[in-house]
Amino acid sequence: MSSAPGEEVLSTGPAGSTGTMLEVHDLSVEYLMERGKVLAVDRVSFDLAAGEFVGIVGESGCGKSTLLFAIAQLLVPPATITGGSVIFKGRNMVGLTDTELAAVRWKDLSVVMQSAMNALNPVKSIQAQFADAMRAHGVTSKAEIADRSAEVLQMVGIDPVHLKSYPHQLSGGMRQRSMIAMAMLFTPDLVIMDEPTSALDVVAQRSLMVQIKELQDKLGFAIIFVTHDMSLVRHFSDRLIVMYGGVVAEYGLTNEVFESPMHPYSIGLMEAFPSIRGPKVPLTGIPGSPPNLAIIPPGCRFAARCPKVMARCEAEPPGLYRVDGRLVRCFLHEGERVQP
Amino acid sequence: MATLRTPPGASDTGPSQPPGPAAAGLPLAGGGGIAGARSLRRMGRAITANRKATVGVALLVLFIFVGLFPGLIAHDNPQAEIYPRSLGPSAQHWLGTTSFGQDMFAQVIWGTRPVLLIAFGVGILATVVAMLIGVAAAYLGGAADGTLNVITDVLLVIPLFPLLIIIGSYLHGAGTAVMIAVIAATSWSYTARQLRSQALSLRSRDFLNAAKVRGERRLYVICVEIIPTMTSLLVAAFLTNALYAVLFSSSLQFIGLGDPNVTSWGTMLYWAENNEAFQTGLPLWIIVPGLCIVALGAAFALLNYAFDEIGNPALRPVKSMRVTKAGAVTTPDRHRRLRVKRTG
Amino acid sequence: MRFVFRRLGFFLLTLWVALTLNFVLPRLMPGNPALAIIGKFRGGISPQAVKVLEAQFGVGTHQNVLAQYFSYLGNVATLRFGVSLTTQPGASVGRIILDAIPWTLGLVGVTTVLAFILGTGIGILAAWRRGGYLDSLMPPVFVIMTVIPYFWIGLVLILIFGVKLKLLPYFFSYTYTLTPGFNLAFIGNVAEHAILPAFTLLITTIGIWILTMRNTMITTLAEDYVRMARAKGLPAHRIMLDYAARNAILPNLTGFAMSLGFVVGGAILIEEVFNYQGVGYLLLQAVGNDDYPLMQALFLLITVAVLLAILLSDLATAILDPRTRAAG
Repeated sequence: MSSAPGEEVLSTGPAGSTGTMLEVHDLSVEYLMERGKVLAVDRVSFDLAAGEFVGIVGESGCGKSTLLFAIAQLLVPPATITGGSVIFKGRNMVGLTDTELAAVRWKDLSVVMQSAMNALNPVKSIQAQFADAMRAHGVTSKAEIADRSAEVLQMVGIDPVHLKSYPHQLSGGMRQRSMIAMAMLFTPDLVIMDEPTSALDVVAQRSLMVQIKELQDKLGFAIIFVTHDMSLVRHFSDRLIVMYGGVVAEYGLTNEVFESPMHPYSIGLMEAFPSIRGPKVPLTGIPGSPPNLAIIPPGCRFAARCPKVMARCEAEPPGLYRVDGRLVRCFLHEGERVQP
Repeated sequence: MATLRTPPGASDTGPSQPPGPAAAGLPLAGGGGIAGARSLRRMGRAITANRKATVGVALLVLFIFVGLFPGLIAHDNPQAEIYPRSLGPSAQHWLGTTSFGQDMFAQVIWGTRPVLLIAFGVGILATVVAMLIGVAAAYLGGAADGTLNVITDVLLVIPLFPLLIIIGSYLHGAGTAVMIAVIAATSWSYTARQLRSQALSLRSRDFLNAAKVRGERRLYVICVEIIPTMTSLLVAAFLTNALYAVLFSSSLQFIGLGDPNVTSWGTMLYWAENNEAFQTGLPLWIIVPGLCIVALGAAFALLNYAFDEIGNPALRPVKSMRVTKAGAVTTPDRHRRLRVKRTG
Repeated sequence: MRFVFRRLGFFLLTLWVALTLNFVLPRLMPGNPALAIIGKFRGGISPQAVKVLEAQFGVGTHQNVLAQYFSYLGNVATLRFGVSLTTQPGASVGRIILDAIPWTLGLVGVTTVLAFILGTGIGILAAWRRGGYLDSLMPPVFVIMTVIPYFWIGLVLILIFGVKLKLLPYFFSYTYTLTPGFNLAFIGNVAEHAILPAFTLLITTIGIWILTMRNTMITTLAEDYVRMARAKGLPAHRIMLDYAARNAILPNLTGFAMSLGFVVGGAILIEEVFNYQGVGYLLLQAVGNDDYPLMQALFLLITVAVLLAILLSDLATAILDPRTRAAG
């Protein structure tokens, strides 16, 4: 890990990790609309080691899904990457064409989307959708395709007889799990998940999370997991990124962020989720609504809703500061400035 | 609700209602009325911004002007067979004369009015019928909905043009009023379907429930709340019906089922073909009325297409981005192949 | 299966409506127009034919309207359509129509399928290659193409290729001095005569396919499963065809069915302009001669043809979309 000042980001990882697999540096994404540009993601940086589980949380519209698709180079116009780099296994993926990316896609990096009903082709059987991914990467033997398809389905606990089914014939939970099975076809090094449990009920959510964690322990891939539900990642992720208004608000080890949140937004989030075991406390939400990203405010984006706001916050945007191994974007924790 | 400093008018998601009926002390017409006014204003803005819409409006205005004041532009009586026959274009006769000695230019100009009458007549009539049936079906639901649907679907499937031909044949030629009635009576079904779909999606909206809770009668809800909200779709339906009226009526006139005493573009084409215009060296007799039909039809169609784009931004032309074969986007200027930035 | 039954039921209902229209219309018009015509030709028609016409038009019978109606329905069911009054006096309507059908089937059938395939293909490509000048130029061009009256473009083409350039024939289905036969010379002659009418029909109908396919493709390309296909690293052509086009074409198939009415109208006009001896030309001849039995039978034929085509496109949708199969 290079440690030139200003470029270094948190490099702590779980014990036994072997080097950085993904380096996102100053990534920015804009939506080019007719009435102007919307800055959805503003200079986000983080890194990921092999086998790590990073959670990205934030409310709707904070840019987390856009960030995810930007990393996977799956943005669709009018969204485009306008700055930064995404270095995956030593190679910058930004600016590569789909043909150039094809070699890496699915084999080393796969994607799980929010709604399997929308992410699976409604007119093709599960088997066919598994098969075309494999054929695209050189697997031509029918037997091999059939075997591997059955294998991944069993990994997620689905009877391989469902290979012949169409997406609309499966239940919601089964659809989601088959999507995860499909992501496992080549045992990739990184799996990106965009709120894969949001469409499920609470019980199915929990069971799916456990399944995902089991697969990770068994196969050793890294996960970037986007969600608006913090409690989901609490017990599963190693590190946590809290996003707000398109920027990183806080970034650190999950346990530490949960135990002692620093950014007022993170504090607000923690307080909004009651602990099932603790004493009864009144629920406090965070008043207000997310900022309109078409107009970047001059100061901190959270200033309008911050209970600890100071005069300085509305005039000057806070930088990203490193404090006690945590990155926080707040004047309250002004430490070593990592990013303007 | 705390909001960031937004310049006035930048965002239309603000919670405040525009000053309107409430401020004037009039009874609030509910979400429908205000939404109707707002969407009309939005439409006006959108029209000037969209090139297709501007062209369409310009053409339409031109034709309406010609239709209203033909005497200002052409000084001859289009029916009068007073000139030498089959003349080519000249200074006295800009388009020449027909085989009967009529001034062709006058015919084209005076022929505009009947076409516009039919277009607007059918446009309005068919749209009103489609609206009543579509909205009633959506709102009444149940058996009424089912019956109206079947009627609409059957009319959709029955081949309209042959039906029009047969009716026209029994009538031995149809005057303008009859033509409007007949075309409107047979072509409302397509737009009725679209209007019903939109009305269905509106059924569960909050402002309708509010009206119901206030105790308003069904008819009131339909007329005052639902219909104004569907303004843009109603305009689109009008344009569609007007367009097909122009095409259907000219086609019927062309095969001789129109009123032979009325000069319109379709009847001009009928006489032109019957007098072998091409072979006798009068190509303009066929070309010019046809071009007029195309121009008027294009006006309606362009406006309709522009409305489609306004409603669905994804269909608009994509600008200034380089698109690779599989649709991945790169901006063409400085951001290709970004290098890792070293700040320091 | 239930889906099929419901559709068939709908078609029978439509057919019944068409039949009833045929029955009711002449009786609605002031002074039954059939009366005069039948009166004129009564002498030259066989008694059975007369009976059929009486039921159809209510002329000179002693039955009440309801009885006439059921006789009429019975006649249609047994394919008794009466005789032509003026076009080919005394000849069976069925025979006349049968002679004309192959011409229309050839011209209109082939051209419509061609227009659909070409139009859909161009629409797919247009949506795939967004962002070029072609994308902003094409829609207005094709919008204008859809409003050109079928008959007018035929006339213009006649002017250019027939009269001025004298390249192609434009009158009749074949050079009528030739005797029809299954030989190469005749078939070649037929093909030559079909070029202009077919081309006219093609360019007037292709516009709507291109436009609607392009629009549905654009919406489909924004779907998650297309994004997922990209994520899997599938080659571009496979995404375009297997994921996007296969889904985008489904609403187009239903549109195909609905637009058939217009294709029929266009075919009638084009046959008229080119004097092409098909069903449409026959209809207009019948109209010109007040040959009501022929007219009505042709209307029924056209309705049935449209219904059949709709049934075919429903079948195609069921084959391509597994969700409709599941629904019933």
